[in-house]
Order: sequence, then C-alpha cells, then structure tokens
Amino acid sequence: MLGVIGAESIDELFVDVPAVARRAEPVDLPFHAGELEVEREMLGLSRRNRSASEGPFFVGAGAYRHHVPATVDHIIQRSEFLTSYTPYQPEIAQGTLQVLFEFQTQVAALTGMEVANASLYDGSTAAAEAVMMATRVTRRNKAVLSGGVHPQYVGTVETLAHAAGVATDRLAPAIDAEDAVIAAIDADTACVVVQTPNVFGTATDVSKIAAAAQAAGALLIVVTTEAVSYGLLKSPGEMGADIVVAEGQSIGNGLNFGGPYVGLFACKEKYVRQAPGRLCGETVDAEGRRGFVLTLSTREQHIRRDKATSNICTNSGLCALAFSIHMSLLGEKGLRQLALVNHQKAKTLRDALAAVPGVQILTPRFFNEFAIKVPGNAAELVETLAANGVIAGVPFSRLDPAAGLDDVLLVAVTETTPDADIALFSKALSKVLAQ
Amino acid sequence: MSMNSVGRPTRPEAAADANDYVHPTLTGARGLLQDEALIFELDAWDKTGVDLPDAPAADDLGDLVRTSAIGLPGLSEPEAVRHYVRLSQKNHAIDLALYPLGSCTMKHNPRLNEKMARLPGFSDIHPLQPQSTVQGAIELMDRLAHWLKTLTGMPAVALSPKAGAHGELCGLLAIRAAHEANGQGHRKTVLAPTSAHGTNPATAAFCGYTVVEIAQTDDGRVDLADLEAKLGDHVAAIMVTNPNTCGLFERDVVEIARLTHAAGAYFYCDGANFNAIVGRVRPGDLGVDAMHINLHKTFSTPHGGGGPGAGPVVLSAALAPFAPTPWVVSHEHSFKLVEQAEGPAAQAFGRMSAFHGQMGMFVRAYAYMLSHGADGLRQVAEDAVLNANYIKARLSDLMSPAFPNGPCMHEALFDDAWLEGTGVTTLDFAKAMIDEGFHPMTMYFPLVVHGAMLIEPTETESKQELDRFVTALRALAGAAKGGDVERFKGAPYHAPLKRLDETLAARKPRLRWKPVAAAPLAAE
Repeated sequence: MLGVIGAESIDELFVDVPAVARRAEPVDLPFHAGELEVEREMLGLSRRNRSASEGPFFVGAGAYRHHVPATVDHIIQRSEFLTSYTPYQPEIAQGTLQVLFEFQTQVAALTGMEVANASLYDGSTAAAEAVMMATRVTRRNKAVLSGGVHPQYVGTVETLAHAAGVATDRLAPAIDAEDAVIAAIDADTACVVVQTPNVFGTATDVSKIAAAAQAAGALLIVVTTEAVSYGLLKSPGEMGADIVVAEGQSIGNGLNFGGPYVGLFACKEKYVRQAPGRLCGETVDAEGRRGFVLTLSTREQHIRRDKATSNICTNSGLCALAFSIHMSLLGEKGLRQLALVNHQKAKTLRDALAAVPGVQILTPRFFNEFAIKVPGNAAELVETLAANGVIAGVPFSRLDPAAGLDDVLLVAVTETTPDADIALFSKALSKVLAQ
Repeated sequence: MSMNSVGRPTRPEAAADANDYVHPTLTGARGLLQDEALIFELDAWDKTGVDLPDAPAADDLGDLVRTSAIGLPGLSEPEAVRHYVRLSQKNHAIDLALYPLGSCTMKHNPRLNEKMARLPGFSDIHPLQPQSTVQGAIELMDRLAHWLKTLTGMPAVALSPKAGAHGELCGLLAIRAAHEANGQGHRKTVLAPTSAHGTNPATAAFCGYTVVEIAQTDDGRVDLADLEAKLGDHVAAIMVTNPNTCGLFERDVVEIARLTHAAGAYFYCDGANFNAIVGRVRPGDLGVDAMHINLHKTFSTPHGGGGPGAGPVVLSAALAPFAPTPWVVSHEHSFKLVEQAEGPAAQAFGRMSAFHGQMGMFVRAYAYMLSHGADGLRQVAEDAVLNANYIKARLSDLMSPAFPNGPCMHEALFDDAWLEGTGVTTLDFAKAMIDEGFHPMTMYFPLVVHGAMLIEPTETESKQELDRFVTALRALAGAAKGGDVERFKGAPYHAPLKRLDETLAARKPRLRWKPVAAAPLAAE
C-alpha cells in the first residue's frame, strides 16, 4: 500500500506533525491484551460493585430499576441498529427513521403533547434545553424552578442558563409546594419549571400552575424523572404543559451507573420550530411511497451554525430504540398494569416503613417513590444499612447538602422489588434505629 | 460529525423510468425486503406482550389518575421481533460494508465491549447507591481518566459530557470561568476556521460568544497571518479541529498555540479526529488547553443510529481548576466521586448533567483501550492514515483531490471539479454509491470545498475491502464521465426507497402518527 501511495514508511505520512510533537515510541501505558485477559480484568472491576439484583434495593431519585424484556436487548444488538450512523441518507436508513417516527408518536402520547423530538441526551439536559427554548419563544430571560425539581437537574439547568445569560430563580427544596412557583412569576419570567412526581416523590396536579404561567405570558415546563408514572398519572399535556421533558431510562434501559439514558422532549406543535434536537418526519419518495426523513433541520447546528436552536448533534438513538421496543411490548394495557404494580409496591413499602418507630412518611401523594424522615443523619443510616446488605435509598443531602434536610431519605420501589425485600428493609431499619 | 445540505437539492427530480431497473411487485415487498406498517397501524390497541402480576386500582390518588386513553399499541413478542427485524433490514450498517462517512469514524465495534458493558456489576448499578458499594465502577472511571490523560498529555479530564458537542460546551465553559476568575471576563469573541464543524460556532454562540471566522490558506490550513490579525484582547478562545476537517494536520499548530496564548486566549481543540493521531501525537505537546474526545469515534463505542455518544474533555493545568462536577479522587485504598464543589474546589463552573456521565460508554471504551494497549492504539492511527492515503492515491487520477500535495491524515477529501460538465452532482454520485452497496461519504462538508466528498475508511478495513470500494468508485467515476447520467439522476434504484422529498417533509411537517387517517402526502 505504501508503494501505491509513494511513501517509504508510515512515518512519512505524519510529516506534517511538528518535530517537537512526534513521538517515536508508544506512550507509557500497558500494551495490547487478548480477549481472555481483558475479560478477566473487567470482571474483576465489575465484581467490586454491588449490583441491584444482589439483594434489597430501594434507590431511585431519577433512575429506576425496572425489568426489561429480553427481546429489547436482543434487538438493539442487531448490527443494523447498533452499527449505523445518524440517518442522513434516508434511502438506506428507513429502519432507524421509522423507529424514530414511532418513538416520537409514543412519547407524544405518553406525555399528552402534540409533538415530540427524536430524543436528547437525558432528562436533565432536556430540562436545560427546554428552559433555553422557552427564552426563545417568549423573548424573556428568566426561569423559575420549583423546590421539587431534582437538585442535579437544577444544577444542569443553571449551568446552561447562566452560560447563556439567562437568570434562574430556584425556590427552596420543598416536599409538597410546586404551586409556590406561581407567586414567583413576574414580567421577565420565560418559564416555570416544576416536576411531577417531584424529587420527593410527590405527584401534583399542575393545571393551576399552567393557567397562572400562561396568563403571565410564560411557559410551563413539566419535568418527570420516572416515565412509568405516565401509566397511572394524568399526563402533563392534559394539565396544560407547554413543554414536557422526562428521563426515559425507566422504559427499556438499565441503570448503567447513570448513563447512557434517553431524554424525552415534547411540546405544543406551535413551538416546534424552536425545539432542540433531531426531528423525524413523514414524506414520500420519488415514486410516492411513504418514507421518513430527518426534518426541520434548518434549526440545527450543521445548517445554522451560530444561529442554531441548540449545539446538539448526537441524540440517544439506541436508548430511544430500547425505549420504543419496550413500550411496544407493554402497550397501553401493559404500561397501565406496570404502573399499578409499582404503585401498589410503594404502598406496601410505605406501610412497612410507617410501622418502624421513629420513621415519618413525608410525601402525601406518590407514585413509586417517597421521602421519609429518619431520626439522625440519613447518609450515615444508608451506609450502616448498606453494611447490613440493604441499599436503602438516597439521602437527600447527597443531592443538595445545603438544603438542611439531612434527615430526609428518598426511597423507591418497582415491580422488581420482592415483598420479602420490603420486609427485610423494615426489619433492618428497625434494628439499626433501635441501636 | 454532521453533514451539510445547503446547496444540494432536497427534492428528487422527475424519476427516470424506474422500471428499467426494478420490476414492481404487487405487495410492495421486494424479496427479502418487507413492506412494514407502523406499530399504530396493526390494530394492537388492547394487547400486551408482557405478563405482569395483578394489582388493585389506585384508590388513593383521586383526580391525579389518568382516565383518558393514552393511545399505545402492544405487540406480542413474535410480532415485536418481526417488526423490528424487518425494519432493521432497511438500514445500512458498518457490519455490512465500508461506511466511509468522513469525520464520523465508522469503524468496527468489537463485540467484547458490548459483553463487558452488560456485566451486572456495570449495567445494574445505580448512580446514587452508596459509593462504598460501587468502588469498582469509580475505579474504572479513574483508570479511563488516566488513559485519556496519558494519551493526550493533559493533566486533567472531565468525564461527564455526553457527546462531542456537550464536550465543546464543557470546554468553553471552563475557558469562560477561567477568564472571569482572572479578570478577563470582557473577552467575548471566539475565532474558528470556516471549515469548522457546525457544532463549534453553535456552541460558542450558546455561551454568549461572537464567532469570527479565520481564513484558510490554499493548502487547507489555518491562515496564520489572518489569525494573528484577528487575535487581541477581546478574544476568549480559538476553536481549531486538528487534524482538521479537510483531513489535514495543522502544520503550524505549535505557532497557533503560541500566538493564541500570547494574546491571552485559550486554545480549544475539537478532538473529533483524534483517532488519526492517537498514540503518535499528544495534543498537550501542541499547546492545547481543552479538547473533547468522542469515545464513539476514537475508542469505538457503537454509533447506535445516532447516539448515545460520550465526550470527555481533557484540560490543561490552567483550566483544570474550573472542571465541572463530578470528578474522581483516588486514595490509597479507595476511590471517591466528588459530587459537590466545596472548599478549594469551589471554582468548578457547575454540572453538565445529572449523575456522572456515560458509564456504559466508559466501560466499552476502557475495554477497547485494554485490548489495543499503547502499541495497538498507535497502530490504530497509523492504519487509519495509511488506508486514507491509499484511497486518495487510488482515486486521484479519476477524481479531483481538494489538496493534492502531501499526505492526508485519516480521511481523503475530494471536490467536484472532476464532475464538471458531466451533469452529475456530488449528491447524485453519493446516491449511486448506495446502489453499489456502499454508504455514501460525507458530502458538502467541509464548506470550504466545493461539492465536497470526504472519505474516511478507518483502520478496520482490510486492503481487500478497500480495493472493493475503490473498484466500485472507479467504475462509477467512469460511468459519470462516460455520459451515463441516468445511472446517477434516479439513484438509488436498489435501495428500499427512492430519493425522498425533504422539502415536502419540512413544508408540511408530519412528526407523528395520528389516529384519524390523514390523506397520504403527495409531492406538489
């Protein structure tokens, strides 16, 4: 090959690299290893993690352990889905494109909105993108965030908003006070951001907030971190949301220590030209047959460059596919059933924990997650329980150390939680608190 | 990487007589290719493919309960499998044939990495479970960070950005925070070459910067004189891709860095093309201050039809204190994930997302690194560059290389001068490649080259596959020059669909299926 190129050596091909930066030898890292050795090394690392299936496990707060049918992982590993690129050549990407069109329709139905995009990175970045979109739609420059929004979502929104010169007014963390945002709306407010179920698990009817925001010329952005809740609770669209963002991990995707996940993004149709991310639309081919293409791309960075609605290029395609397959297997019937099972499990957990002396249930209305007040420090309690084999939940102080809620613990269950594990949890908790 | 469609037709011209090429079938299917309906058209509203225990209705939530229909069909397992398998067969994929999308790095994705990412100790752990129960995961992040820092010669890395563009944002935010901390907050301009990826100006604008373009020399590099003239006390950073989007190494990169630093600005390097130099050149030795690394390119995590990716950002000592949370601190016998910036670390500019980044991608990338090692990664760069130069050499007599002098790096760039007078455009040529079994190259990007065709073969193609590709392209080039315009204008003839009407899609957006059957779309 070098002969065809007309070069003496590989080094000649790197002639443009300044001499000062040319490295004659490999960097100081181990040399290549065989598949067996790599597997052994990785297995060693993985075994030093306690996976959720190993015992009682009650962690939620933005990521949830649900059962994913085997079919999902089988299909997403098909070469044609796994090893293809963004569908820029629609004639040979109709598989991916039709999936995205179906995904958009599923997300729109779930959230009760008119349109949805082809996914964003995750729920938190989707929330940040939604805030930026609201500033474009309203030409206003401030976002009000409720005290129920996940603190790491707040952090993500603040990073992006402040970078773009958008002000944020975040209310103090509160278990059941989404409505408090109404009083904070003023003439500069582009949007109010509320979460339901919120980070403490509280489910809220946001209709009043929608009416108040819209009367003041602001948009209502509703955040959901547990997408399975849409199977039981009234959708944000039915309650008047302008933009809905959600973490879609719960459906089709594993915990994966925090990523990759899939951001769901839906909005009213009249705002779609200000939406971030990819959109798939229906069209016809030269012979009039139905087909799908990426569309409205004049919003996007590869065409609009510095005038784009977002800098986003990548989406979360394979995770969106996993979501869509799982959703197709569930159907409306299965989703409603799944949501009911989750809710029933949560009530069982509530009853078990309420019976533990010293524990107080804080969340008034919940889906599959709620907050409890424990005597003393929740973070220390979680460590003690972990040493006893129970992964008890998320101490709120881990998400927001400055909130002064050191005695608040967030606990979640799903259909994967056996009743026996709930009994083990309450028993271990009683024992530890009695010491 | 993205492709630009400005200046190319987005609506098919009147079809040539397609029946010369394909005899139409009665069902719409074509042999192995099935005509597949949408899941919403299967009358599957009352079905489910899962078996769940019974649960009582929720009697404690009052008006919060959803009573209206949601509108979601349910498929049985065999129906679902068949639906998605049929759809999958309408996709091109790297596992099928060479996928030469320049700047996108479509290389083979080793299956070992998929297997490793599915170990329960990685896939079934929660980002917020106690750190004492996920020490192996945090150590993996620490080791990945060590490899990235060593390969780039940079002292720090932020792992959390979720894609290349997210990494660019992270880098620019660190730069902004550093300027503000140093009393240089008045710097509001970012310089970037015209050939930059669209994400560069989009990211800079997002951060409130004004983007000023730097001119390019005739040999496809940054024009030093123009750069020097545009640098000044108002410039916060330059954003330069290296190797650049023309597939060339910026020969003067050390001088670019020197001039930038002398003007008080930082050097952001778009690391999309790091795969061309990994193991042979450390960006830290070139004077780079921040660079994102697309794990889905250089370290071969699968592209998945458009994501998920991962875009860790390496940072110089000047920018390291401003890195976003979280980061890993290693102690003698344990690892700690720092999630809140406190005390001396409080200069962190914030958080890029919830949780800690694309762990599933970290596992795959780390397995890839261990498999290849320091020696194998160096060979990745060498073979990628060798393959691109081979393609350039084999096609230069028929097609017109945009920069004929000297070697290219990992991709070969051609313009459309060679098509002049043939009646065939870059788009037509690309679509005809589909008929020959190959995915088209990146086209009409970079913008600085007319009718650009950017070919990136990657290192995982054998000489045999490269020759197969070259043979096909030479045959097509011969057909274009020989006047067989029909072959190109109606192409693709053999794909699941003919050219699609993108104008119609944008003019009458139909972004979801609707229960009331709408009239079929028809071109105007």
